Amino acid sequence: MSSVPAADLSTEAANVFERPTVWRMLARHWAVRIGGVAMLLLALIALAAPLLGTVDPTLFDPGSRDLLPGGAGEITTLEGESVKHTFLMGSDSFGRDIYSRVIYGTRVSLVVGIACALLSVFVGVLAGLSAGYLRWLDMPLMRVMDGIMAIPGILIAIALVALWKASLVTVVIAIAIPEIPRVTRLVRSLVLSIREEPYVEAAVSLGTSTFKIMFGHILPNTVAPLIVQGTYICASAILTEAILSFLGVGLPTDMPTWGNIMAEGRVQFQQFPHNVFFPGIFLAVTVLAVNILGDGLRDTLDPKMAKRA
Amino acid sequence: MGTILEIRNLSIALPQGGDRSHAVSGVNLTVARGEIVCLVGESGSGKSVIAHAVMGLSPRELKATSGEILLEGEDILKAEPERLRELRCVRMSMIFQEPMTALNPVMRCGEQIDEVLRMHSRLGADERRARVRRIIEEVHLPDPDRMMASYPHQLSGGQRQRIMIAIALIMEPVLLIADEPTTALDVTTQAQILKLIRELQQNHGTGVLFITHDFGVVAEIADRVAVLRLGTLVEERPKADLLSAPRHPYTQMLIAAVPGIVPRHRGADPAAPVVLEASGLSKIYASGGFLAARREVRAAEDVSFRIRRGQTLGIVGESGSGKSTVARAIARLIDPTAGNVMLGNDDIARLSARELRPLRRRVQIVFQDPYRSLNPRRTVGEAIIEGPLNYGLSRAAALARARELMATVRLDPDALNRYPHQFSGGQRQRICIARALAMEPELLIADEAVSALDVSVQAQVLRLLDEIRDRLNLAMLFITHDLRVAAQVCDHVAVMSKGRVVEYGTAKDVFGAPQHEYTRALFAAAPGRDYAFGL
Repeated sequence: MSSVPAADLSTEAANVFERPTVWRMLARHWAVRIGGVAMLLLALIALAAPLLGTVDPTLFDPGSRDLLPGGAGEITTLEGESVKHTFLMGSDSFGRDIYSRVIYGTRVSLVVGIACALLSVFVGVLAGLSAGYLRWLDMPLMRVMDGIMAIPGILIAIALVALWKASLVTVVIAIAIPEIPRVTRLVRSLVLSIREEPYVEAAVSLGTSTFKIMFGHILPNTVAPLIVQGTYICASAILTEAILSFLGVGLPTDMPTWGNIMAEGRVQFQQFPHNVFFPGIFLAVTVLAVNILGDGLRDTLDPKMAKRA
Repeated sequence: MGTILEIRNLSIALPQGGDRSHAVSGVNLTVARGEIVCLVGESGSGKSVIAHAVMGLSPRELKATSGEILLEGEDILKAEPERLRELRCVRMSMIFQEPMTALNPVMRCGEQIDEVLRMHSRLGADERRARVRRIIEEVHLPDPDRMMASYPHQLSGGQRQRIMIAIALIMEPVLLIADEPTTALDVTTQAQILKLIRELQQNHGTGVLFITHDFGVVAEIADRVAVLRLGTLVEERPKADLLSAPRHPYTQMLIAAVPGIVPRHRGADPAAPVVLEASGLSKIYASGGFLAARREVRAAEDVSFRIRRGQTLGIVGESGSGKSTVARAIARLIDPTAGNVMLGNDDIARLSARELRPLRRRVQIVFQDPYRSLNPRRTVGEAIIEGPLNYGLSRAAALARARELMATVRLDPDALNRYPHQFSGGQRQRICIARALAMEPELLIADEAVSALDVSVQAQVLRLLDEIRDRLNLAMLFITHDLRVAAQVCDHVAVMSKGRVVEYGTAKDVFGAPQHEYTRALFAAAPGRDYAFGL
């Protein structure tokens, strides 16, 4: 060994292996681009809803019932004045402007989708981390999760909404709860493999506390799959909310949600298909955009999938 | 002797964004009938790329840009996929490093050998069965009928590799490519497999292209050796010439870096204070019990040793011998079932996690896999200061210490804010050492800490460990399967087999006059012991 040249033991500057940053990789992926741009557009629509030529979505005028798209009519403001208004997507059987209701419905759908994703991921991460790292909690926690999974998600949601007063908060909670077991299982399985990594054992022998190991070492390494899972939950929550509203067990019927608009238009579908058609298109495009975004994120963030891409 | 394989001026491009433009450039190599040519190189040298190109198994991204690969005069690079399928197994075969993943886990071994015959011959079922039996006997597997009916998981690693060899040779190909076929095996198994390859190759006159990183294996098996460095062939000569008088500086460096098997004599003070003493240490994994039948695995049983300050104890053994279990029990990453571990005046074998925390600082561990030992989402600096911060040092003081330690392990202190993926394997292992040293431990455990490294990097890290031990007067527990490495760093050696210490003494005694038959078998199996490496 003594004959190894001494020079190679001198201080070396780390030769840097530069990898493209995650952001750049994301920006290059077509699915992330398309899904991301579509989501951004929808978010802008939701934010700028009052500026897009809409009226208050709860306003109605008995004289402007069942107008076809593009039809001109009048609408009564809250002050009781009648103003002229063009119904771009027609009006429903109460004389409400469907265009305004669909645009404002974007707000509800996005809020419900994102809030459900955040809530279920937050609770699921806590439960999954605990079950995966603290072995004594594993059995009881996971049996509870199995129990929740045994009941169809939509049934739990209906039951919960029926139990409470229907409002945005209760609907979000009702939709998020059935998603929690899926997140918990995902996080638990990730934790079970990460906890065996040598760097976690190294942290143990460095005297790092259990709490810091769970949240400082293990949690950051579960983020990528969690983001992906979060987008899928977002998409399915938007759908579930629409289903609940359509069935009449979701948000109050006067609230402008896509499900409510479709439920309202269902009876007249033969004569006035646009009542169902326009909110349906928005719903389909939104869910598709979120799912495409999720696929793109999975391809770029999940190394196992990245190799196949 | 006719030439079977001729590689002429082969260049293979790497996809854009690699660390160099070509994986392999301008390689010329021949393999003759009945000859074993070893292709030696460190990781990233392109040796597996060549092997896969010869088999026509190159991934689409790796395109040959020039040259030809002639198998009995036929250019593999130009062959259609259909023709390649006909050639594989019939004219050329390959065996791989991992016999478990190379075999189909849901097919019986007999069927997997038989599959080759069904694909490439028109033999009837009875004839095929006889051929399969014959080849199983030829690779010296006991009880052919039971072997044919077994699934891969029911066999040992060595037996699986024998099945792989049987599959590779049943059609009597003229060329066998062996890609690190013994790297995943224990040293005694390795010796048997090398012997088998040699025997079969002589009986059948097969030409062998043998890929390895291990000069010990080269010394055992090669007729001719080709040394590959970053995709170019630097030297190619008969084995004896190359090993005894390497010409190229790179070959010289590689051979010089192979640790010698004669222990280096260090004046170890027999009266130095004892840092750690283990007595009667056992770890028994029990499962079942209540309803199922109770099963016990005795991973370590009645292990006793002591380590003095400034000295190194090596625990040597094959996989499954319990050496890592002992290391982890002493670092208290697992709870010992019985026995005492005296760290100074404290018995740490039975302390609860809470009681243990103040003592953890005194024992630190460096793991085998440099790619998994550092949290990929934390900078190197964060990794090194984590421990000191846990023990109440201020961030500024911890960072100052981290900078010093980076210099100690010969890395640029300004690299502290880089992430682990920006470092090579050897550099990462040095970072792990710095992280352990930041705790100012009394005992440093190196659990196969150099086993995953290339031989030249391994030599550097070993010297670094040596230097640190002397400078800081550390006690070291060195876990390894490699007798050569143990010979270089250890003052005392404990040889473990099946969970027990079978021999324990000074390195000089154990290496000079091994008493236990297992130790002797281990030495007899050490590849290349007839060559005086590292002297």
